Amino acid sequence: MKNKVFKTFDEAMADVPDGVTIMVPGFGGVGLPRNLLAALHRQGAKGMTGISNNAGGMGDQVDVGILVEAGRMKKMICAFTAATHPSRPTPFVTMYNNDEIDAELVPQGTLAERIRAAAFGIGAFYTPTSVGTELAEGKEHREMNGRTYVLEHPLPADYALIRAWRADTFGNLQFRLTQRNFNPIMAMAAKTTVVEVEDGIVPVGELDPDKIHVPGIYVDRLVQIPEDGIRD
Amino acid sequence: MADKPKLDRQSMCDRLAMEFQDEWIVNLGVGMPTLCSNYVDPSKFIITHSENGVIGYGPIATEGNEDKHLVNAGGQFVTAGPLMSIVHHADSFGIIRGGMVDVTVMGAYEVSENGDFANWRIPSRKGGGIGGAMDLAACAKRVFIAMEHTQRDGSPRVLERCKLPITAPGVVKMLVTDLGLFEITPEGIVLREHAPDWNPEEIQELTEAKLIIPDDLREFRFRDQVLG
Repeated sequence: MKNKVFKTFDEAMADVPDGVTIMVPGFGGVGLPRNLLAALHRQGAKGMTGISNNAGGMGDQVDVGILVEAGRMKKMICAFTAATHPSRPTPFVTMYNNDEIDAELVPQGTLAERIRAAAFGIGAFYTPTSVGTELAEGKEHREMNGRTYVLEHPLPADYALIRAWRADTFGNLQFRLTQRNFNPIMAMAAKTTVVEVEDGIVPVGELDPDKIHVPGIYVDRLVQIPEDGIRD
Repeated sequence: MADKPKLDRQSMCDRLAMEFQDEWIVNLGVGMPTLCSNYVDPSKFIITHSENGVIGYGPIATEGNEDKHLVNAGGQFVTAGPLMSIVHHADSFGIIRGGMVDVTVMGAYEVSENGDFANWRIPSRKGGGIGGAMDLAACAKRVFIAMEHTQRDGSPRVLERCKLPITAPGVVKMLVTDLGLFEITPEGIVLREHAPDWNPEEIQELTEAKLIIPDDLREFRFRDQVLG
């Protein structure tokens, strides 16, 4: 069995080249791969495209916003491209308003399903979401069983940065509560999946196979978050 | 007229929550509508759903009782409910798109008499904030909206047709504002309950859409009047 366990986040992020597409999960500050994002920021890759629920800068802690603010992202594909509070624009919103970064705005469910489609080998799919709105303009429409749908395409990625609760050394993953959010589908949709593990990496055979949320076949690299790492 | 007392946000959200029916799956959006979870009618069994993949969560966690892995759609820490289950994001939106959600409650900038509403983009600003609103709006069985009746300058938000880019066409079933409770019907917007001290003529004056005033119009019902 190939060794997937890396000692440091920096080693696990060392080979990320410029121009790649990365997936960054997390919702409401939970399930974010904060340590891997900090390592990728140190590593310096640039010209990247990010797939994420939002474009970061949501709080004091590390999120995808540190890559945005440092000018490493050329584009964000996400469900929010305007400030939630107009008086407090994020670094992304300021840069987007100044045309310093590109973005594609996608409804959250369509975003999740496009990621899932990439993971599951689906060529494209029809969804009722956004029908009758600006976002459906220019997209193929189709009426089926009396309802109108728009065609949406898969969103694959080169790297997924994942935050899990527990893993075994093969990369079988468990998540805790709403930490799960985008993590499983992103872990399955990317070519290279790198995981930071909060609680522990255990030997194979210790996790109950009925309680695994992502099979290890999707996982390439694992790093245990150390005591002095970012644990929230 | 402008300085007359209006309904507060908690009363507005409580009133919408009174419409939740036994066994409904309820999705509460970000912001004002999360206040809906304050209203608990013990005679009804309500199942919560949040877009980040949690079904059956409990009330907002009190300080010191937060679980760092359990948040609602607004990123607030919530408590675990006895029937709680967790799914990933694609499954969570499968629940939404699949038509499992009986009602979603959201804020909005505008609502129109044909049931359109707008809550994701202001054309003078670049970009928008959709989150899960478009999926919920298109696919939940009912959309309830809570918003202030007018803009800050007094111009109406309850319109004949939305001026802002819409979130979904023809989906709003019920609207609560700081002036009353409204039902959106094929015939138009019906004023069901008016805020105390406000009469239908005064509410119409602050509304672009022509309101239907039914014979059984009543005064706004507060939580304590219903639960006792």
